[in-house]
Amino acid sequence: MISLWRDMNRRGQVTVALAFVLLLFAPVAATRYVLSVLTLILYFVYVGQAWNLMMGYAGQLSLGHALYVGLGGYVSAALWVHFGIGPWLGVFPAVGIAAAFGAAIGWLGFRFGIEGVYFALLTIAFAEFTRIGFDHIGFVGGAGGLFIPYEQSRLGEWWNLRGSQLFFYYLAFCLAVLAVLLTALLARSRLGYQWLAIREDETAARALGIDVFWAKMKAVLISSSMTAIGGVFYAFYYNSLFPAQLFDMSRSIELILGPIVGGLGTVFGPVVGAFILTPVGELLISLTEKAGINAPGAKAIFFGLILMTIIYLVPTGVWPWLSQRLGFTRRRS
Amino acid sequence: MLSIWLNVVVQGILTGLLYGLMALGLSAIFGVVRLVNFAHGEFAVVAMYAAFVLFRAWGVDPLVAMLPIALVFFVVGFALQRTLINSFVGRPDHEQFILLVGLAIVLVNAVLIVFGPDAQPANLPYAFDSYMIGPLLIDKVRVYAAVAALAVCAALFGFFRFTRTGTAIRACADNLVGAAVIGLDVRRLYAITFGIGLACVGAAGSLMVTIADAVPSLGPAYTLLAFTIVIIGGLGSMAGALVAGLLIGVSEALAGFLIAPSMKSMFSFALLIAVLVLRPQGLLGKKPA
Amino acid sequence: MSPLLSVVDVGKRFRGLVAVDRVSFTVQPGEIFAVIGPNGAGKTTLFNMIAGVLAPNEGTISFRGERIEGRTPDAVCRLGVARTFQIVRPFPGLSVEDNVMIGALLHRTDMAAARRYAREVLATLDLFDKRDFRASTLTLPDRKRLELARALATDPKLLLLDEVMAGLRPTETDRMVEILRGVNRDMGVTILLIEHVMRAVMALAGHMLVLHHGAPIAKGAPQDVVRDPKVITSYLGQETI
Repeated sequence: MISLWRDMNRRGQVTVALAFVLLLFAPVAATRYVLSVLTLILYFVYVGQAWNLMMGYAGQLSLGHALYVGLGGYVSAALWVHFGIGPWLGVFPAVGIAAAFGAAIGWLGFRFGIEGVYFALLTIAFAEFTRIGFDHIGFVGGAGGLFIPYEQSRLGEWWNLRGSQLFFYYLAFCLAVLAVLLTALLARSRLGYQWLAIREDETAARALGIDVFWAKMKAVLISSSMTAIGGVFYAFYYNSLFPAQLFDMSRSIELILGPIVGGLGTVFGPVVGAFILTPVGELLISLTEKAGINAPGAKAIFFGLILMTIIYLVPTGVWPWLSQRLGFTRRRS
Repeated sequence: MLSIWLNVVVQGILTGLLYGLMALGLSAIFGVVRLVNFAHGEFAVVAMYAAFVLFRAWGVDPLVAMLPIALVFFVVGFALQRTLINSFVGRPDHEQFILLVGLAIVLVNAVLIVFGPDAQPANLPYAFDSYMIGPLLIDKVRVYAAVAALAVCAALFGFFRFTRTGTAIRACADNLVGAAVIGLDVRRLYAITFGIGLACVGAAGSLMVTIADAVPSLGPAYTLLAFTIVIIGGLGSMAGALVAGLLIGVSEALAGFLIAPSMKSMFSFALLIAVLVLRPQGLLGKKPA
Repeated sequence: MSPLLSVVDVGKRFRGLVAVDRVSFTVQPGEIFAVIGPNGAGKTTLFNMIAGVLAPNEGTISFRGERIEGRTPDAVCRLGVARTFQIVRPFPGLSVEDNVMIGALLHRTDMAAARRYAREVLATLDLFDKRDFRASTLTLPDRKRLELARALATDPKLLLLDEVMAGLRPTETDRMVEILRGVNRDMGVTILLIEHVMRAVMALAGHMLVLHHGAPIAKGAPQDVVRDPKVITSYLGQETI
């Protein structure tokens, strides 16, 4: 963490500090709509960071992270709806179950040498399998969805995640900041270096004494657990859960675009990516509405084009390019 | 009782041939260009709508429309590879992935804007005709589509086995450096392969219209389906893609019949997971050295 | 003195083809031991069995009295056997210093201590000034030294070098010989090299083993081995020393 701070020059430090303070006091000036967009951005910073740990640092391409969001959300919501167990307690089984799925996928993939696109497909297969499964589990409402009742009387019970927009904004803010700090911490840890070694060259990593299987397992366990907490947030923020919405592959894709666009394997990449993509998406919605184009796909088309343009022009992500252009880092080479 | 089962299996086989043809296109691109075409299913959906429009507007039977559509798709594929995609060959998986996901989003939403989100049935005049063979009652459209798919597959096999270009493409897939060393124009061959891959998906999509309604949301589902089939069949194995296509077709039909239609793809994914774990090189794939 | 590494009757077959045929030798602590032989003699197979990449079909390999045959490469490395690759494979996207950091972190948990040690090793191998370069930008001799540095950073008792001279020009070879001598003398690391370049072997090795068609044909001090008629006919006859 400290070294992350030290690696930046004065300019970088001031920018990061300024962004932090701006976000901290944003609710003073922001309208309800702006606050909801910021909450969404911070949510994507959080889950994007969780994915970034696994892909950007350990080099394991998961295209099924919606699985962990969905499991985290469903487990905590079902415990609340059926048994009255609050999310602060429910988050533990939620994380546990998501981590168990992560462990199963990791074990299958890493033990049997499934790599790259094949591993990605394994993660998709698990997510889709679970999505269809949840469509048929009556206990959580099946395809009809699971709803967390909106009770006016509970509105102040922040300990049960029953709060206002402002409350959820700060919750997302905390999650995002913690995720960034955790990433910075891990990136400079022994485990972080082991991940980098594995990402770069697994055979060489093994020859340097790294237990590749366990290092990858730790990556998938940490990443799935973190993502599941994001799922708990999602469930209690939106109050309605549908398998088709939570587990769908488009959700997994949505979640990973930020880190890729922002810059994989960097601490601030997922942050920058989320702050670019989410507002662009929102902007496109309002623009198409203003222009009177009543076509649900218009926004998505622009979005697709923007993605293609970014990956074409800055394939390693916006943040590495930006921090170099603006001179944020101290690195000499 | 047995005859019901047989009917289900035969129907699965016939549908599976279309799946196989679609997957063949992906297999060619994946195996030769080593590029992950995450927009494959979306191309299939575009082809479905093309065939749908040709039939609705001018009454062109999809079995006939398949040829011009495949041709146009070939040209599009060739051009795409030459312009946009070529610089992404050999780049990390996730970069290719983003490019093609972007393309997929554009394609499927363009279709959505033009045709709307609702299912569009082609309503062929012979849609409800069927053949009676002993205890079997087989839909005429499925037979026609399956025969057409087989014909396209046979043509492809012939192309890769007997023509100069086809052999050159296989050489690229086997040994890229060697292919470049003996003076093959790899970029051109890649473009042709991408064109062929899209032509397959164009033909398969056109045929699909005869047995399924065109819906934009089918795009991602077909992409996943095609990938599942290619992995199950074995990367680089064209026969594997066909066999796995049949397997998935039958498994879907059986699952839909025995349990619930909505759970049919769950079986495909279970099959995929099993194959990845037990035989990662796929059913007919070569063992990695 | 008990040997650091002892290889006893080790054999390896690939689909019936004998690659290594009952090879035995011992490496004493502190020495430089060389295995030579023409292409296809089974050198690399032998190397891979010691490094844990391959498991032998028969025989035993012991390191400091502990059996290591059939263990995984990472387990072997953790016991104190580091290796380099014939075709170098540094972590291309990481800086030179981070490459060595990864090695230094094997037996160190304190980040600052690991970084200090990594820099020390880099300085020993004349790479300190290039520590912020990306590994992929280095020249081949630099990459070879980087790989050596990375292996040394894991605090090995025994260093396995797979044709570390291959691809180096004569002056670069001499420099590498000097470095390896220093590593052996000053850091007290025992070295087992598999080598083609006879000039380097003669300059470095205290003992050597000659393999031919997977079987040992001579063993001993270099000056004796090169006079052995069997060695001359099967191997050295093709090359001038």
